[in-house]
Amino acid sequence: MQTDSTEVPVIEFRDIVYKLPDGRELLHGLDLQVQRGETLILLGRSGSGKTTMLKLINRLLTPSSGSVRVNGGGEGDVIRLRRSIGYVIQNIGLFPHLTVERNISLVPRLERWPADRIRVRVEELLNLVGLDRATALRYPHQLSGGQQQRVGVARALAADPAILLMDEPFGALDAITRDELQREFLSLQERLHKTIVFVTHDLREAIRLGSRIALIEAGRLVTVLSPREFLQSKDPIAAAYVRAFGEGLESAASRGPS
Amino acid sequence: MNVAHFFLQHHEEILELTLEHLWLVGISTLLAVVIGIPLGIVSTRWPAWNKPVLGSANVIQTIPSLALFGFLLPVPWIGARADRLAILALTLYALLPVIRNTYTGIRGVDPAVVEAGRGMGMTGSQLLFQVELPLAVSVILAGVRVAVVVSVGLATIAAAIGAGGLGELIFRGLAMVNNQLILAGAVPAAVLALLADFGLGWLERALRPQ
Repeated sequence: MQTDSTEVPVIEFRDIVYKLPDGRELLHGLDLQVQRGETLILLGRSGSGKTTMLKLINRLLTPSSGSVRVNGGGEGDVIRLRRSIGYVIQNIGLFPHLTVERNISLVPRLERWPADRIRVRVEELLNLVGLDRATALRYPHQLSGGQQQRVGVARALAADPAILLMDEPFGALDAITRDELQREFLSLQERLHKTIVFVTHDLREAIRLGSRIALIEAGRLVTVLSPREFLQSKDPIAAAYVRAFGEGLESAASRGPS
Repeated sequence: MNVAHFFLQHHEEILELTLEHLWLVGISTLLAVVIGIPLGIVSTRWPAWNKPVLGSANVIQTIPSLALFGFLLPVPWIGARADRLAILALTLYALLPVIRNTYTGIRGVDPAVVEAGRGMGMTGSQLLFQVELPLAVSVILAGVRVAVVVSVGLATIAAAIGAGGLGELIFRGLAMVNNQLILAGAVPAAVLALLADFGLGWLERALRPQ
């Protein structure tokens, strides 16, 4: 599916300024558009403002000036908006007192789906994220980190939202599990075509998963590039990322067999 | 005449006073829970409330119980009957642990969990009743447990203003210099406190989220 650039963007940041209550400015006038069906990566260091941008989309935060439009809409019912957007966070945030099944079915329950439709949907989702059906009755603390994040993804997808916000979802996982989940993310996105905004500080992850990469530095948007363009970019900050990750690879490789 | 014999002989009166004691403690705890939990919740929502609410509950705790009974005596309707007065005083004492633990319990819920809930579109009350309170329930119960155990002891003093309860046996025993009479009040009170502590402690563990 080709994205059509003349189409109305699904998410649009217009001249966004965000200040903390203490007056410190985190985002200084930011414009960005997210197109239907793409995976837009927000790449930046910790504290650059990428998580803030994500929270502006589902209105966990309100911009100090400027506007964030979702599906062309401005102000509206926050609760409706949030239920139509899947949200996956790094600390996973599964409800520890609820079973996997109840965690996944949270939004459908809030939306008062009939019980049998919920049951079918939970099974479907467990299957989709590669979890055993028996997992449904377990509690989050009985699962491994990778399994927990699978549940987190399933929960975000439960009410079939068109938009998915993911805040370093694989950041806390070990390398092998992360690789596995990234692979599954790609095959999932191939089938589902969600509009995804994905926050990470890992260039390797950005290159692998993104259709476009928005580079954020100190509250400003530096540039938006495709992964291929990014690797060849002359932009000093983008080049610094490529160097940092490239050198990391080289030095790891040059140690040779031990 | 040994103590056991004394207990047997007076078992009817002891039982009656124990029930009276339970009534004082039960009603006052119930009131403290009904008032204290909402106050604790309110102080988590509006931080400006936190200091005055916890502060006043703290001040009440520092008033010696006999003096508090005295202060409340002139209050209309309340002062007219000793049991009302005792219940009000016990409620006031029980408020602090209930409010404080409600506040701490809710504030102690993992912020990531709360944020996930909010980000998924839970309303404030859905978040409170489906996430925050269930996760805070064991901490809140711990506060109720402290309140009950303290109340069982304090309620013995209510007998000084004629509110009844096991304190009556203790005060009578003191006046008559009769140790058996004192024990007849003190032992059941201690047993009540231990039972309440044990029972609520069990409930607290059973409801604690994994």
